[in-house]
Amino acid sequence: MSIAWFLAVSAIVFALGAVGVIIRRNPLVVLLCLELMLNGGNLALIAFSRMWGNGDGQVLALIVMTVAACEVCIGLGMIVAIYRRRLPIDVDELRELQG
Amino acid sequence: MSALLFFLAAFGAIAGAVGVVALRDAFFAVLALVVHLLSLAVLFLLLRAEFVAAAQVVVYAGAVMVLYVFVVAYVGDSARSLGQRLRRGASSRGSLRLAGALLGGAVLVELLIALLGSGLKAIEGYGAGYVPGPKTFGTPAYIGNLLLTRFLLAFEIASFLLLIAAVGGVVLARRRGGLGEESRERLAPLDLVRPQGTGTMAEGVGGPLFVAMHANGGVTEEHHNGVAESARQPVAVGGPEAGGPSGAPETPEGGW
Repeated sequence: MSIAWFLAVSAIVFALGAVGVIIRRNPLVVLLCLELMLNGGNLALIAFSRMWGNGDGQVLALIVMTVAACEVCIGLGMIVAIYRRRLPIDVDELRELQG
Repeated sequence: MSALLFFLAAFGAIAGAVGVVALRDAFFAVLALVVHLLSLAVLFLLLRAEFVAAAQVVVYAGAVMVLYVFVVAYVGDSARSLGQRLRRGASSRGSLRLAGALLGGAVLVELLIALLGSGLKAIEGYGAGYVPGPKTFGTPAYIGNLLLTRFLLAFEIASFLLLIAAVGGVVLARRRGGLGEESRERLAPLDLVRPQGTGTMAEGVGGPLFVAMHANGGVTEEHHNGVAESARQPVAVGGPEAGGPSGAPETPEGGW
């Protein structure tokens, strides 16, 4: 398959993730959709890396995976903290940054 | 063969992504994301990124998704009640949802124009030449070599980022004082003044340190115990004393 097909898949996955981030209200699902967007970016990086026959894109994809793991760690920690404080788990109701 | 594999994997990836966005239950959304990640690993393999595909399966679809499943199981009940509340207030949400979908479609069109309409000749090709071998493009040896030579700084920064995220996760998710009685009691400063003769292993075994302590410091130990008890008195004894007079009329009530 030519590289263009992979890029099309990555664009579709990224757009689906963006839609999910916008329309879903459960922060857990918002985090999942962020993962989708990062994975769309990863697929494009690796497709371009294959296009040039160069490993830089793959290293960048690995770094993106690391950043995604950190984001999951912090985000899930925040969700657990929100749950412990008996706040509503809903991004529409968590609009104010209160201590 | 590779075309068939590509279409299967692409279908799995897109179907998984649709499932993540559309499924109402967060647990099924996580499972759909696992499907998506596994299909994406197949796509990575088709692009000759063996090491990244293996890391995707092991780290992403394995470890990170287990974390997600754990948190979904922990928070699950409130997420489900949230879904019921969502259905009640769904009338005002329809237009917002439509606007979100339109925005996503606009992002997709823009991305497709940027990626496929860029006029790059190489996009239509199959990529640079590829010769299989132990140290060729995409193998663990190649990636490791890059990570430890050209991208050493990025590698170290990523490790620091992981460390910071681990500490931050522990700080965010730890049990704070103020939720239960016992946590506040545990944090009381008077508890730091530990009476002598309680709690060290040498005392339990009767080691030489304990013997020496008793030999020359019997009186001071008594004195220290007295100080600690009198310091503790307002806290420990104050509760029952304060509760005694007011609680006394209630005891017959409880006896009834």
